[in-house]
Amino acid sequence: MTAIDLGLPALGGLDDVPTTEEPGKAKDYKSDQEVRWCPGCGDYIVLNTVQSFLPSLGLKRENIVFVSGIGCSSRFPYYMNTYGMHSIHGRAPAIATGLATSRPDLSVWVVTGDGDALSIGGNHLIHTLRRNVNLTILLFNNRIYGLTKGQYSPTSDQGMVTKSTPMGSVDTPFNPISLALGAEATFVGRALDSDKKGLSEVLGAAAAHRGSALVEIYQNCPIFNDGAFDVLKDKDEAASRLIPLRSGEPVTFGPQGEYAVVRSGFGGLEVAATSEVATADIVTHDPTIDDPAYAFALSRLDDQTLTHTPTGIFRQVQRPTYDDAAREQVSKARHDKPADLQAVLTGNDTWTVS
Amino acid sequence: MTTDDSTALRASRSTEVTRLERVVVRFAGDSGDGMQLTGDRFTSEAAAFGNDLATLPNFPAEIRAPQGTLPGVSSFQLHFADYDILTPGDRPDVLVAMNPAALKSNIGDVPRGGTVIVNTDEFTSRNLTKVGYESDPLSDESLEPYTVHHVAMSTLTKGALESTGLGKKDAERAKNMFALGLLSWMYHRPTEGTERFLREKFAGKPVLAEANVLAFRAGWNYGETTESFATTYEVAPASLPSGTYRQITGNLALAYGILAAGQQSELPVMFGSYPITPASDVLHEISKHKNFGVTTFQAEDEIASIGAALGASYGGALGVTSTSGPGVALKSETVGFGVMTELPLIVIDVQRGGPSTGLPTKTEQADLLQAMHGRNGESPVPIVAPASPGDCFDAALEAARIALTYRTPVFLLSDGAIANGSEPWLIPNVETLPDLRVNFATEPNATDGSGEFWPYVRDTETLAREWALPGTPDLQHRIGGLEKQDGAGNISYDPDNHERMVRLRQAKIDGITVPEATVDDPTGDASVLALGWGSTYGPIGAACRRVRAAGLPIAQVHLRHLNPLPANLGEILAAYDRVVLPEMNLGQLAQLLRARYLVDIISHTKVAGQPFKAEELADTFTDIITSSNGKEGHL
Ligand code: SF4
Repeated sequence: MTAIDLGLPALGGLDDVPTTEEPGKAKDYKSDQEVRWCPGCGDYIVLNTVQSFLPSLGLKRENIVFVSGIGCSSRFPYYMNTYGMHSIHGRAPAIATGLATSRPDLSVWVVTGDGDALSIGGNHLIHTLRRNVNLTILLFNNRIYGLTKGQYSPTSDQGMVTKSTPMGSVDTPFNPISLALGAEATFVGRALDSDKKGLSEVLGAAAAHRGSALVEIYQNCPIFNDGAFDVLKDKDEAASRLIPLRSGEPVTFGPQGEYAVVRSGFGGLEVAATSEVATADIVTHDPTIDDPAYAFALSRLDDQTLTHTPTGIFRQVQRPTYDDAAREQVSKARHDKPADLQAVLTGNDTWTVS
Repeated sequence: MTTDDSTALRASRSTEVTRLERVVVRFAGDSGDGMQLTGDRFTSEAAAFGNDLATLPNFPAEIRAPQGTLPGVSSFQLHFADYDILTPGDRPDVLVAMNPAALKSNIGDVPRGGTVIVNTDEFTSRNLTKVGYESDPLSDESLEPYTVHHVAMSTLTKGALESTGLGKKDAERAKNMFALGLLSWMYHRPTEGTERFLREKFAGKPVLAEANVLAFRAGWNYGETTESFATTYEVAPASLPSGTYRQITGNLALAYGILAAGQQSELPVMFGSYPITPASDVLHEISKHKNFGVTTFQAEDEIASIGAALGASYGGALGVTSTSGPGVALKSETVGFGVMTELPLIVIDVQRGGPSTGLPTKTEQADLLQAMHGRNGESPVPIVAPASPGDCFDAALEAARIALTYRTPVFLLSDGAIANGSEPWLIPNVETLPDLRVNFATEPNATDGSGEFWPYVRDTETLAREWALPGTPDLQHRIGGLEKQDGAGNISYDPDNHERMVRLRQAKIDGITVPEATVDDPTGDASVLALGWGSTYGPIGAACRRVRAAGLPIAQVHLRHLNPLPANLGEILAAYDRVVLPEMNLGQLAQLLRARYLVDIISHTKVAGQPFKAEELADTFTDIITSSNGKEGHL
């Protein structure tokens, strides 16, 4: 995946990370720890996909770090034979910000869930995206609290009956993609846990992106919210619900491409029957559009019911990263004025006692 | 008069000159009157002259409290002397009151016979009513116990500035410099520094520079030419230990200590912070020194600021975060995570009055138990507390030593009094600073011969675990907040393992080597011990001197290390009939020591947002000494 040249230095997300001739295989990325998710959990397949995918980056394994928060998906680092930190509920983006800023030679990945990233850690997530810290954030969205045994989450359907909402949840859910775009995230993508190919493609682009890359992964929790995304995996249903986003191509979908995405009022987008619109009116996907409004409009096609669900890369633009800029200030300061501790301690206003 | 040259003002001294050993001056006025600046300059003049000094700024939390009201009063107290002093002074010998509110809220502290200099221009009936004066204190008898000087500072300043073309309002704003000039004259202070300072401060606005210098000189000349002041005073330079000195506040010394810790450890510093009074100046200062390899991160909240610091520590930096009490409450979760992951981290808490938002600009020592116990589970954290502004530098280096050697979060408990207070500081020679370099893990260390890296294999002496940095080949490992298997560091729910790990973490902190406590007992026969920690060092020390000067013996011990405590403390406490422990809280250290040593400590407490006065402590100590005479064998 090539980075898009916007006239800025075309740095990739991994440019400072040492590479190796022998990146190993998926098995080299498996730790010796027994994986303890529930049988059938979508996390397994994501873990396998990530382990198979990572060697393709050609990085030294010791320069990869996974930082997670708390929740089922946040056990992820224990299963990876890389460096890893299973941190505190919601705080992984903050901790990873410190690590990525002080260590440009590391490929830093954040693993989080819908409760972790959007509820307790919502503040850290939006500020990390706004700063554009060079991190790849995998947001496992299963629309439920799994580890605490089944309470509704900030992405659960309104009206959902759970242990903590016997009369149905009255909360309005977040759309994580819309939220990230509202925070002006420079890279936003989505994939299904079961779609190994689609997920690997988005992961590849996310890793190559310099800045914060948020990847929402629809993940099935067979224990507490089974089948939440089944309509997107169902042979008959999927084609008319999933909207695959491919850069440079018209946004059409359906078994025979019978649906298309066209512009609507107020700069929004809507789904129309391909046969009823002029070809020129069909939107050609361009994730590099600087104005996040286009990607936001794409994210609004999906209304929680998964009727029209775009997958792939919504937005991919270049903007200076926080960590590059912070390091640049330090190196400039060092270059301009060598540190002289004695001079600082002495200051300008002294007197001598003899 | 021209101010183009910077020739010093010289007094012809027709007045009588009295020599004094020490003086306490307090400038008080409205928040907008520039009292902090005035006090700072007077302090610099005293420092330049070679006096020993200590200062106590006191200002409202509001940025612009309503003008002329009692809550809007801002003051700055300076104690300067010809000998080494320990406190900013209990009571001002001289009060400069710029308005009725300043007079009303400060006159109670002035001893009978003290000097009061008032700006009469502000004593209008409107201003008097605003603060509840029913009659004008300048014309009724209420100020009879004092020597009062009526000076129309606003009018005189405006008059002196006529030639500058400044509007009346702007001209009047320089009246604080008039007051400074007058006091500088009264105390024979050197003036070159202040004039230079004003010219530099207003370098971009020559008219204002000129105006302020003119006002300053007008104040000086007023003293010189009017006959209202019959006496001027001289306080000779103090004979401090030889060396080069500068003036320093606690927050500045903390910032320098962190820079020094980065240099001495040869580690990059990641300083994560979120603005909070009274700690923000540490962030401001450190952010000016990025050339030391320091990254400052102003986070979205307290939690992220400590998170980023800890994340950087994981990557091999020295992580530091700074805050005040309310921020510590938010950081507690990450401190606990640092305890579990055993990573170095310095948490600076510049304490202020609590609970909750409390008194942001006032001092207190009530976060000790929060630092000691304010986390879930058995979560021991070392605590270091500086005793004075200058001591903040050494305390920061000591916190870094403990954090790096033992791989642990460390609390550094400063407080509002020493954060903003200043004192002369014997500038350390960087050659003499401690070596804080650390060794990172380079080899697999598993004790089962598997060739793996086990993150929780410990040094047998310090019990510190190995610090393996991401990027090191073959040492890939995972750490986290779940309980760790001893050695291997994998997740473990085994009951025996948890028991062992809880005790190991505690033993590691208990085993930190800290210097023994030293007893100051000049006569060697004291039966009462005055114990303290942190910023109470000054008032307790000054009180002990007073008690001794009155012929009574008293011993003093001051604690810098609160966790772990010095190994000889129990023995010391047992050696005295009575132990009195003044604290600016409701007896937090007393509670810890009673529990630990079963000593019936007399807890003397105060939570008024202000430091102890030496006088009140001397009275307390004297009472205890005299009442315990004849009670031999109390223990
Ligand atoms: S509770 Fe759900 S999300 Fe958690 S491990 Fe089990 S199946 Fe997976």
